Amino acid sequence: MAIRVQAQAFDPGAEVNAMHAANVGVGAVVSFVGYVRDFNDGLDVAGMFLEHYPGMTEKALAKIAVEAEQRWPLLKLEVLHRIGALEPGEPIVFVGAASAHRQAAFDACAFVMDYLKTRAPFWKKENTSEGARWVEGRHSDQAAADRWK
Amino acid sequence: MSINVLFFARYAEAVGFDSLEMEGDFATVEAVRLALASDPEFAVLNETSLMCARNEELCSLDEPVQAGDEVAFFPPVTGG
Repeated sequence: MAIRVQAQAFDPGAEVNAMHAANVGVGAVVSFVGYVRDFNDGLDVAGMFLEHYPGMTEKALAKIAVEAEQRWPLLKLEVLHRIGALEPGEPIVFVGAASAHRQAAFDACAFVMDYLKTRAPFWKKENTSEGARWVEGRHSDQAAADRWK
Repeated sequence: MSINVLFFARYAEAVGFDSLEMEGDFATVEAVRLALASDPEFAVLNETSLMCARNEELCSLDEPVQAGDEVAFFPPVTGG
């Protein structure tokens, strides 16, 4: 399991390739990449700043990853999240789950994202055409997390 | 007893700072919240969607608090 919280950009393709490079027992890799959009809730978005809670962020992500590893037979699990200033088109988050067969990887990847969305202490502030604004939490994210209970 | 209280994102902007040291007897995170929210400066802590953490772990408002703890209040998270 690998948890990375970083200001630096990353290459999602390289992350996917690394998921199985060290283990030929991996038969399935499912990955999710979240990107900054240039439009949200009716306004153009020129960029955003990702605030987080240093210390808690890493612990919260590790806790989610450990729970995923307890639920599914994973061979590798990676969670990578950007912080700081980001521009439209840039990857924000990467979750990669590797397993022998596909279903565990599919489910674990979705689970980690659903829990990350509701439990990891990140907050997005968008620079929009009408000034800066904090992104509001969505009820649909909570509903998505609740389905794993 | 003394505890350290942190605010993040919109809450930090609303109260005007990121952290404060509090002295007093607080049985729970809710007691900390109530002590602050009685001051209009901390009105944002009355939002029903408020989230909280104790010592860097998400918790509920009835979580017990001990001397030296770090208690954080923040709006719903929006990462990913």
